[in-house]
Amino acid sequence: MKILVLISNVPDTTTKIRFSGDNKAFDASGVQWIINPWDELALTRALELKESGGVESITVVNVGAKITEPTLRKALAVGADDAIRVDAEPIDAYFVASQLAPLAEGYDIIMAGIEASDYNGSGVGGMLAEMLGINSVSAVSGLELENGQLKVHRDIDGGTQMLDIPAPVMLVVQKGIAKEPKIPAMRGIMMARKKPLNVVAPVAADARTEFLAYELPASKAACKMIDEDNAKELIRLLHEEAKVI
Amino acid sequence: MSVLVYTENWDGKFKKLSFEIVSFAAAIAKEMGCGATALSIGHVADEELKTLGNYGASKVLNLQDNRFESLDNQALADAVAKAAEAEGAKLIIFAHNNEGKAIAPRVSVKLNAGMVSGVNGLPLSVDPFVVRKKVFTGKAFANIQIKTDVKVITFAQNSYEMHEQPTELSIEAFDPQIQDSEFNTKITETNKVTGKILLTDAEVVVSGGRGLKGPENWGILDELGELLGAGMACSRPVSDEGWRSHEEHVGQTGKIIAPNLYIAIGISGAIQHLGGVNSSKVIVAVNKDPEAPIFEAADYGIVGDLFKVVPQMIEAVKEMKTAG
Repeated sequence: MKILVLISNVPDTTTKIRFSGDNKAFDASGVQWIINPWDELALTRALELKESGGVESITVVNVGAKITEPTLRKALAVGADDAIRVDAEPIDAYFVASQLAPLAEGYDIIMAGIEASDYNGSGVGGMLAEMLGINSVSAVSGLELENGQLKVHRDIDGGTQMLDIPAPVMLVVQKGIAKEPKIPAMRGIMMARKKPLNVVAPVAADARTEFLAYELPASKAACKMIDEDNAKELIRLLHEEAKVI
Repeated sequence: MSVLVYTENWDGKFKKLSFEIVSFAAAIAKEMGCGATALSIGHVADEELKTLGNYGASKVLNLQDNRFESLDNQALADAVAKAAEAEGAKLIIFAHNNEGKAIAPRVSVKLNAGMVSGVNGLPLSVDPFVVRKKVFTGKAFANIQIKTDVKVITFAQNSYEMHEQPTELSIEAFDPQIQDSEFNTKITETNKVTGKILLTDAEVVVSGGRGLKGPENWGILDELGELLGAGMACSRPVSDEGWRSHEEHVGQTGKIIAPNLYIAIGISGAIQHLGGVNSSKVIVAVNKDPEAPIFEAADYGIVGDLFKVVPQMIEAVKEMKTAG
């Protein structure tokens, strides 16, 4: 089994979001970049499966400029075997999927997080599967390999399902697929420097959407504080003022 | 020309989300000068299909085929794309839920359509087609133009009020002739929790954090939740510790919810947590730390010992109910 994990390079989840140039662009100054948390869970499960045998190699791939390389190196440091970076700004989900399609042939399992924590698009995985003409499963919260067969857990409304599905397949994963992400050890970081990180040129593709402007949410009115011995008043306010119970 | 809206069903029934999304589709269709067609896949009785007409659908394509019960993404996407082509749809709308997120991107590729997911409310304009969505997990909004002729969007639940607009509705049987070879997902087991309110559907959500100190203390939360008919949620540390199942985790990496009322008990409100709940209409926080960031997001707050406050809340809700 060969696994490809799609990696999105996103601002650290504690980042204070700012925009520049008349709110037309994300202000990346001073931002710490991380592996998208859901992609990291996908990678973690891929690594666990490799440790328990049955997985030959794990490749990570990202579409992004050179600043995304530390994120790919981190993926190598926790145990991915090799990395590919498509040297282009990721304009939209269709553009990114178009870049990945020529590189994603020949893998048995392709994994990606359910969304990236920057633009929350949830698009690349499904688009890529369609471009490759392979099936996909979304909301995947578990994956096992049994004698080379995939056992996939999928979340549905109010429950879970176990699925059999043949490879090659795209798995769009969410919380539950793995627990804690791996922390790179010093040895891993040293080894990662020697692992291949191949930079490839982008293919011609047009974006289909355009981000016109950003806006920060309006600030909220102050919280109405109620005395700790007066929960009754809280319930009255929720009932009579807010009318939500 | 038309707007096609994919209306999934839950054991043959529609729910609030279905009526919201049909109301939403009908409103956009009106602006575009066309009608809204719903696509229903699965066994839904005509009486139930007719309810979609109350919210503005003028036609239902009714696809009844047992093979789709496996929710095979490839086959479902093919069926939706064929329906869109049959209807000459310029806009295809899905819910931004498990099923919508699974199928919409595939459909967008099939139809050469640009896609925006998690659209929050009506388009800012239909020509050019500009929609608004949350980005950076609720920390900002973006206005995005879809530049292709055919467009695909997924609709954020609770971002548009359903409203009745009775419309003459026709129901047509639809068969896109999907080959058996397109179905290769096999369900070997289904585990459904019954009798529990779905977190994403709940109007009221009661949520617990590390302040509860351990899973054995959830009794008071469960009791409050039951009295309020609430869905139950928790913070990330709680699900990471295994105190509650990961399905209850709300926050940036868990579920994103938008109930009318979100009650956060013993949750400090890290920015990642707020990302998952900041679309709630009203937020209540109970926490012993007056500096907890949850109070900046909350509308009502109590600083105090939750083990004293929650039982008081339970008593007050009981009194309110008795008083009618």
